[in-house]
Amino acid sequence: MAIKEMEQDFIRPPQPPGPVKWIKDNLFSGFMNSILTVLLFPVIIYLLYQIFKWVLVGANWQAVSQFPMLFAVGQYPRDQIWRVGFIFSGLMFMLGISWGRWGGLLKSISLAAGSFLLLLAVLPVQHPQLDLTMRIYLGSTILLTLVGFLIGNKTRLKNTIIIAGWFVIPIIGIVLLAGFSGSEWLPAVQTTLWGGLLVTFLLAAGGIVLSFPLGVALAFGRRSDLPVVSGFSTVFIEVIRGVPLVTILFMFSIILALFLPVESRIDRLVRALMAVTVFSAAYSAENVRGGLQSVPLGQVEAAKALGMGNLKITVFIVLPQALRAVLPAIVGQFISLFKDTTLVVIIGINDFLGIGRSIINSDPEFVQMRTEVYIFMAVVYWIFSYLMSLASRRIESAMGIESNL
Amino acid sequence: MASQKTDTTAIPFYRDERILKIIAQIVSTVVIFGFLIWTVTNFLKAADARNMELSFGFLKEAAGFPISNPPIEYEAGMTYGRAFVVGLVNTLMISGVGVVAATIIGTLVALARLSSNWLLSRMALVFIEFHRNIPLLVLLFIWYFVVFSFVPPVKESLVWPGPIFINKRGVYLTWPRLTETGSTFVILSIIGIIAAVIVFIILRRRRKYTGKNTYYMPISIVLVLIFCVSGWFLSGGSPFQLDIPFLKGFNYQGGLRLTPEFSGMFLSLSLYTAAFIAEVVRGGIQAVNKGQIEAARAVGLNQLQVLSLVVMPQALRIIIPPMISQYLNLTKNSSLALAIGFQEVFAVGKITINQAGRAVPVFGLIMITYLSLSLLTSFILNIYNRRIQFVVR
Repeated sequence: MAIKEMEQDFIRPPQPPGPVKWIKDNLFSGFMNSILTVLLFPVIIYLLYQIFKWVLVGANWQAVSQFPMLFAVGQYPRDQIWRVGFIFSGLMFMLGISWGRWGGLLKSISLAAGSFLLLLAVLPVQHPQLDLTMRIYLGSTILLTLVGFLIGNKTRLKNTIIIAGWFVIPIIGIVLLAGFSGSEWLPAVQTTLWGGLLVTFLLAAGGIVLSFPLGVALAFGRRSDLPVVSGFSTVFIEVIRGVPLVTILFMFSIILALFLPVESRIDRLVRALMAVTVFSAAYSAENVRGGLQSVPLGQVEAAKALGMGNLKITVFIVLPQALRAVLPAIVGQFISLFKDTTLVVIIGINDFLGIGRSIINSDPEFVQMRTEVYIFMAVVYWIFSYLMSLASRRIESAMGIESNL
Repeated sequence: MASQKTDTTAIPFYRDERILKIIAQIVSTVVIFGFLIWTVTNFLKAADARNMELSFGFLKEAAGFPISNPPIEYEAGMTYGRAFVVGLVNTLMISGVGVVAATIIGTLVALARLSSNWLLSRMALVFIEFHRNIPLLVLLFIWYFVVFSFVPPVKESLVWPGPIFINKRGVYLTWPRLTETGSTFVILSIIGIIAAVIVFIILRRRRKYTGKNTYYMPISIVLVLIFCVSGWFLSGGSPFQLDIPFLKGFNYQGGLRLTPEFSGMFLSLSLYTAAFIAEVVRGGIQAVNKGQIEAARAVGLNQLQVLSLVVMPQALRIIIPPMISQYLNLTKNSSLALAIGFQEVFAVGKITINQAGRAVPVFGLIMITYLSLSLLTSFILNIYNRRIQFVVR
């Protein structure tokens, strides 16, 4: 009898622990643990209560809710705002296509963004910037995303075309945003008027896209046989990594002009983008170099034995393995680049943080609401960089890479 | 070889690796040096056109700007060089204190994260995810423009146990100051610590070779205590005097005053870095093979011995390299203090550029300062790192 019972115990798969057992294991597993739980529980409840009370009752969100457009695009001329809307819709369309093709996290992001837009579109409040045109625009953007989803899901669009779309639309977007001087229907818009999230994303995305190839080039340069090339790359990487980003930003905004021909003038925003790119490239280069070192020499030798040329070996054998090995570090670098774009405030560019600060300083009444504005900005930054780290974790587990940190 | 010599047309020169390498060498040299020469000529032309001075002579000229709360003696009218040194001391101070605080907080958060108590572990996770995902500048503004702006004025100072007085003008700490005879105590204590370290090393080495327990830890602790206690009595009672801040007129006097700028920068910088350090430490501890801990228990080591003899030495080896880069990041991030008016190297440099022109030499100075700080830190920590990475077979 006893033996039979034991056998049954043995055969039966382990039961999922019930809530009581979970609480016992995780909160009251020992004497010290129980004391800790009893002490911490009221503290957490109190903190949560205070936070919710402040957010819902105590806080005055007027300084945030009054200027949604300012936070989004800064001083971009309101009669030309359709250009931003056009790009946003285009990106949402691409998001829809990618969702239809790959699903996963993209699905969650699309659904979250879509429901946010839907909420805005049907929100039953009177807001000067949420008029009928705006609501119709939001609704059609949602529709466009869904159309994108159907296209991605039902048609056999090539992956390369989708990825190319992600590059082409932003490039068209930047040309569109800048406009052409002297043009009748697409007048130029000075970059001094650009601002808000638009500039933050522009700097972050531009920095990521431009710094990565530069970083790979620098990594190869540092490993090069040519002493001049490797010396130049090494000095470049180490100097950039040794000084703070603020220094580089100021270098590019003040001193760069001195080193270029007198007649050449580079736009302020472009200079900031160059600084961010160069800074990020030096860090990416070190990450990529770590990856290059991790590729076994046998791989290169085998490829040589097969008669592949140097270029082919690099592109098809070395780089894929190297980048795969250091993907977590590279994505981490992108996240910190996104956060680092805030530093352009110091050289006077109105990115998202800069807009928030100028709203606060524009009116003594808003100075009283600085807490709300800063918390709002922190939350927005938090959401985007958390999304990026979430995405990187998904990619890592999909590719079977173990991240150390 | 011979066949190659007779048939020279076998490899055309554009496919001969030796020749290609030489060509690449020449081309890269020409391109890079050409680029450098081009920029330098442009620069010299611009410098000539604007009558710029490129020497460092201005460092001896009088600086017209004040620095609030200089850590060393400084007032407007002293030289630019002096102002720069003040900035450097400020940078070193904030990074030094920040590194210590970030390490302590980070390690505590990492331990909390590894705790078996779910609530504590979740709280640590919230702390880490909060600080890792918002930009340091936003965190700094929240601390300085929000939290410190709600601090009461001088007359209604917050009083925390210590006593610590917190008001609009800063944080006033009660600080132990040396009495006149206190130096005897300090000197004797230092001698005691040095002696204890020497004894510690000798006895530990003895144990390593003979295998006998030499009680090196208790002996060296007792040694330090003996020197400290005798110093205490020789200096005639208490060597330190508590310097308690007190309200005098419109302000507090005495104690150690931390300005709101310093406090805001210090708090945001150390909390931000602590979140990263917590992840580094947690990763290091988790990387230690579980079998190691079980084996150590099986051999009969107690909890403390398992931690200090088995887990920590192995975890440290993984922790140290990323820790070095976190420390360097912290030092470089201290330049953000410019945004709230704490005058460290970069802020002083910027004022100098505005006042004296000479952007190029000042930037050179700033870059050299940060570069040498980075090199120095990584040099020292790399020596330590090499010492603990000894078990490479």
